[in-house]
Amino acid sequence: MRISVQREDFDLGAEVKAIARNPKIGAVASFIGLVRDVNEGAQVGALTLEHYPGMTEKALREIVEEAKARWSLLDCTVIHRYGELKPTDQIVLVVVAAGHRGDAFAACEFLMDYLKTRAPFWKKERTPEGERWVEARAIDDQAAERWQPPAQRPVAR
Amino acid sequence: MRVRVLYFAAVREQVGKGAEEIDVPAGVTTLAGLRAHLRARGDAWREALAEGKLLRMALNQDMVPQSVTIKAGDEVAFFPPITGG
Repeated sequence: MRISVQREDFDLGAEVKAIARNPKIGAVASFIGLVRDVNEGAQVGALTLEHYPGMTEKALREIVEEAKARWSLLDCTVIHRYGELKPTDQIVLVVVAAGHRGDAFAACEFLMDYLKTRAPFWKKERTPEGERWVEARAIDDQAAERWQPPAQRPVAR
Repeated sequence: MRVRVLYFAAVREQVGKGAEEIDVPAGVTTLAGLRAHLRARGDAWREALAEGKLLRMALNQDMVPQSVTIKAGDEVAFFPPITGG
């Protein structure tokens, strides 16, 4: 398992190469999150990512442990950047290795959905109108909720 | 009792600091109590930690509800809903 919270950029190819050394691995699934130039109708010039040192690494480790408990995984890499970023920059990488693709695809999506609601990062955008903090989206909570067993999901009203 | 309190993102900007060690009065035993105690410091605090405001809290680096009990030496944090990924 490789977890890193860092300023520096990462390379998907290098991370996949590092993970896929075990001959039991039949499937590697990955996701990259990038900075876009538009959010909520405004042009985004730059993004500052703040995080809670210590808790970010802890939260990511726990999320990966949960994924390993739910699916048959052989290895996992999660890298999340912080600091000053701009449109087209990479923000986050998730790579999952498993024997088969079902586990790899599902765990990859789960990790991203959980990371969005549990890893303490905050984004501040610079737009022509000034700086503003990005608002958390209900859709992220909903995406995380759908991974919960039915008994634990909030009751719809 | 002494606890370490951290503030992040918009909360940090509003209260003007990122971290502090504070001595919590005897009657304050939960995160909710601490939040109320900090609100009394002044306008910026009352607004940043307002009762109706949607905030997340952590205790020793775990996300927790504000009903949780705090003890000496704990690290607590107040922050807006997270927006990483």
